[in-house]
Amino acid sequence: MSFSAPAKPSSLPNGPGAAAILAAGVGSFALALLALAADKSAPLKSALVFWKPTGALSGVSTVAIVLWLLVWAILDLRWRRKTVALARTNSLAFVLLVLSFLLTFPPVVDLF
Amino acid sequence: MEITARSLWTLIHGMGFGALFLLACSGALVELYRVTAGSAPAPATLAQERFLKVYLLSMAALAWAAVLTGAYVVYPWYRAVPPPGTADLALFPQRLLLAHPATSGWHSMGMEWKEHVAWFAPISITMAAAVFIRYGRGLGSHKQLRAAVLGFVAASFLAAGIAGFFGAMIDKYAPVQGGPAIQITNGGEK
Repeated sequence: MSFSAPAKPSSLPNGPGAAAILAAGVGSFALALLALAADKSAPLKSALVFWKPTGALSGVSTVAIVLWLLVWAILDLRWRRKTVALARTNSLAFVLLVLSFLLTFPPVVDLF
Repeated sequence: MEITARSLWTLIHGMGFGALFLLACSGALVELYRVTAGSAPAPATLAQERFLKVYLLSMAALAWAAVLTGAYVVYPWYRAVPPPGTADLALFPQRLLLAHPATSGWHSMGMEWKEHVAWFAPISITMAAAVFIRYGRGLGSHKQLRAAVLGFVAASFLAAGIAGFFGAMIDKYAPVQGGPAIQITNGGEK
């Protein structure tokens, strides 16, 4: 029965997974960076008001999501059949993620 | 017993999508760890793998529903600007919080962090769902990929936890209210 079939070692290269992980880090960092930039620059803040009732958050989140999906698609295309140095991409993704948490934390934002 | 339309939407956003997502996070971490563990005494079955795929996809849907209802339904009511001279700020939660030094931090620290950090949850859990759908139980043979996916699921838990905590506290001090009243039951005479 297929329902109890044991897991086979994956024959997929790690490239597609690495692309998804790194893109998630980049997307989160893009959101944090845009939020910080919008907080410090009035012209950018008003440019990011895509929908007035939600204010600049509408533009910050939309642009970050588009960037995240774009980076994911590009990396996936490039790494689909490749095995990449995962230690490096993972480290970079986690550094970006930690920076994202920090750069959205208001006391840190106020340092800039 | 009645509830206003805005309060109902706040409940759907926080207690519905947000709280369900938070509840599901620990289950996702445990199941992802177990299903992809190479050293598990009983290897995961295909049915368990399929269940986890649906579970992670549902979590991604919950996370997106939480941030989208938060940003595009509840947040505009929260940040609404009162007409000049308005004395009663009950319908303007952001201004109500900022009007008192004892509560202003719930906006300047709480909402300012919550409105951005919350987005890390859907991004992270969507990535985790996509990677697991692609690799399935085979993720266990990619130790570094598995570790990163587990790390991002934990990060989505943290992001949703921060957003949920501040959302609950802000709603305690300055609830989003107003809009048409929805009658839930007719109160009997006492």
